[in-house]
Amino acid sequence: MNPIRISLLNLPLSRCLVRIAIFSIFFGLLSVISISAQQSADTANAVPDSQLVEFALSPPFEVSAKDTPNDGGGSITVIWQRSADDLPNGIVTEYRVMRSNADQPEVFAEVGDVAAGETKPTYRYHDGNASDDEQYYYKVAAVTISGDDAETTQEVVAESDVTGPVSSSAQWFDWRRINAFVGVLLLCGFIMFYINRAKAGKKIFIRKIAGLDAVDEAVGRATEMGKKIFYIPGTQDMDNVQTIAGVTILGRVAEKAAQYDTWLEVPVSRSLVMVTAKEVVKEAYAKAGRPDAFHEDQVHYLTDDQFGYAAGIDGMVVREKPATIFYMGAFYAESLILAETGNSIGAIQIAGTGMPSQLPFFVAACDYTLIGEELFAASAYLSREPKLIGSLKGQDVGKGLILAAILLGILLETFNVWNFSSLFSVIN
Amino acid sequence: MEHFAVWVAAFLTLGIVSFLYKDNPWYKLSEAIFVGISAGYWFVVLFWDNIYGKFWNGIFPEELIDSAGNVVTREPDYWLLVGAVLGTLMLLRLIPKIGWISRWPLAFIIGCTSGLYLINYFSSNMMRQVEATIMPLVGHWVLDPATSQNAFSAFSGADIFSNLVLVIGTFTGLVYFYFSKEHRGAFGGTAKVGIFFIMITFGASFGYTVMSRMSLLIGRADFLLFDWLGLVR
Repeated sequence: MNPIRISLLNLPLSRCLVRIAIFSIFFGLLSVISISAQQSADTANAVPDSQLVEFALSPPFEVSAKDTPNDGGGSITVIWQRSADDLPNGIVTEYRVMRSNADQPEVFAEVGDVAAGETKPTYRYHDGNASDDEQYYYKVAAVTISGDDAETTQEVVAESDVTGPVSSSAQWFDWRRINAFVGVLLLCGFIMFYINRAKAGKKIFIRKIAGLDAVDEAVGRATEMGKKIFYIPGTQDMDNVQTIAGVTILGRVAEKAAQYDTWLEVPVSRSLVMVTAKEVVKEAYAKAGRPDAFHEDQVHYLTDDQFGYAAGIDGMVVREKPATIFYMGAFYAESLILAETGNSIGAIQIAGTGMPSQLPFFVAACDYTLIGEELFAASAYLSREPKLIGSLKGQDVGKGLILAAILLGILLETFNVWNFSSLFSVIN
Repeated sequence: MEHFAVWVAAFLTLGIVSFLYKDNPWYKLSEAIFVGISAGYWFVVLFWDNIYGKFWNGIFPEELIDSAGNVVTREPDYWLLVGAVLGTLMLLRLIPKIGWISRWPLAFIIGCTSGLYLINYFSSNMMRQVEATIMPLVGHWVLDPATSQNAFSAFSGADIFSNLVLVIGTFTGLVYFYFSKEHRGAFGGTAKVGIFFIMITFGASFGYTVMSRMSLLIGRADFLLFDWLGLVR
């Protein structure tokens, strides 16, 4: 019987098995020798435990934690003095802030870290994830890395004493903003004072504002021509003060229109503006003694969409050709589209806005433009009501004080007497 | 379907642009579609954002699953009911007999807006502006570490010019907006300087804004030439 032969080696099976066994033993021994040698090398390079323990690192000290002042709660400020090893080019790399709560005071978890190496000796960390209902304990650990290379590197931590318990709470007042509070009080005081003076019959002078003097003329022109007046109160909602100012002026324009029996149309882009404008126009017509002349559809909604609103008004303007168009309120990119279309049909246009980027377009395309503050002064100027005139005078006194403060502050700072501008710094 | 949408968009774009020639039926059609669809679109957006997104989800909050897979329950925010009541009062306009009640939420909105913005504008428009304007004009004093005394360090000519423009522009601009004094004599002259500053600012702003509007035009031209006609690759 022929023995089974392995075709590749052309050897009998038994001899093949013997050779494989010899090779296996040889390479097995070789592997064992190699692994042993590697382990010996690792052992030689390992840092003894005693060497790690002996590495000395000073912990941070005077660690304290307190409720963060002047906030809405939910924050605790941890303060500590730097470790003795945290010097320029010192070994401390960072501070690790750890927190435990009253339920498990021994179980600390890291809440944040602060990079070491500050020039000031005192460090602060604001823990903004605190709950006002819980009490917390804090400790801070100085951290460094020992060892010169990747194999010997090890993190060394030195923990401070535990401080606490402390809890966060909300405060009623943010005392850092006391300057704004005093400023508003002063301004309100001036306004109240001058309102009382105006009510008492004292004469208060208001300078001529050309754009507002033209309101009567513009309404009269529409009456003479037998055409409509359009009033556009901007594209923003009632939470914008410019819209509020625009709607206030609308009252005065509507009163004039009612007196002259001229159709006033107010297309709006916000539902709340529509409701408010309707109330204002209705009241103005009643004030003018023409409540019957008011129609609900004088004030109507187009769309909330900025350019859809502009397209709608453009179409109305070219088809109905109003004699007068007012733009009073907050406008964005649609300002020139509207004003240029009104200009193309020869309407007399009076605009007023506080949007600095849109004012140039209104100045270019309208007959009169109320610039910023003039828009807010318009209602007082037009109505001549003592309350509004007194308010305007009070604001002017505030402006006078600001002018004086700017001059005084520049002098004081130029001559290095006092950092006067810090009085006006605002904390958010 | 996508091609159809591109063709509709191109048709409406050209319809709106045709207004540059004159008012025409194509523009009227495009305008009506634009106004109608945008009004409906905003109704849906406001409904899902405010009535459902804020109010309904605030009162009946859904359970959330955090990154660790835990179910997080949220407390209902019943303050939202105040807004809901005010909104409902606004709808009473539809009932003429008690329509006057709708003035209450209006008064609330206008009053709150005025009060809230008083502080915001006072801080941002007044205090920050004054703080930024008060500055040493010609130089500043720095601590000399060698002598431990303050030494004067003059600004460069360009910095002094810049500071002067800022201070004079702010000061005279503020004088222009002083309403309770006649603009005559020195006061009137100062106000005139102020309006010059304002107009120069408007000129610069005009140019800047026109350039930004060009991007809108380029966007539409790009749509017509690239997406619609495929002429530009």
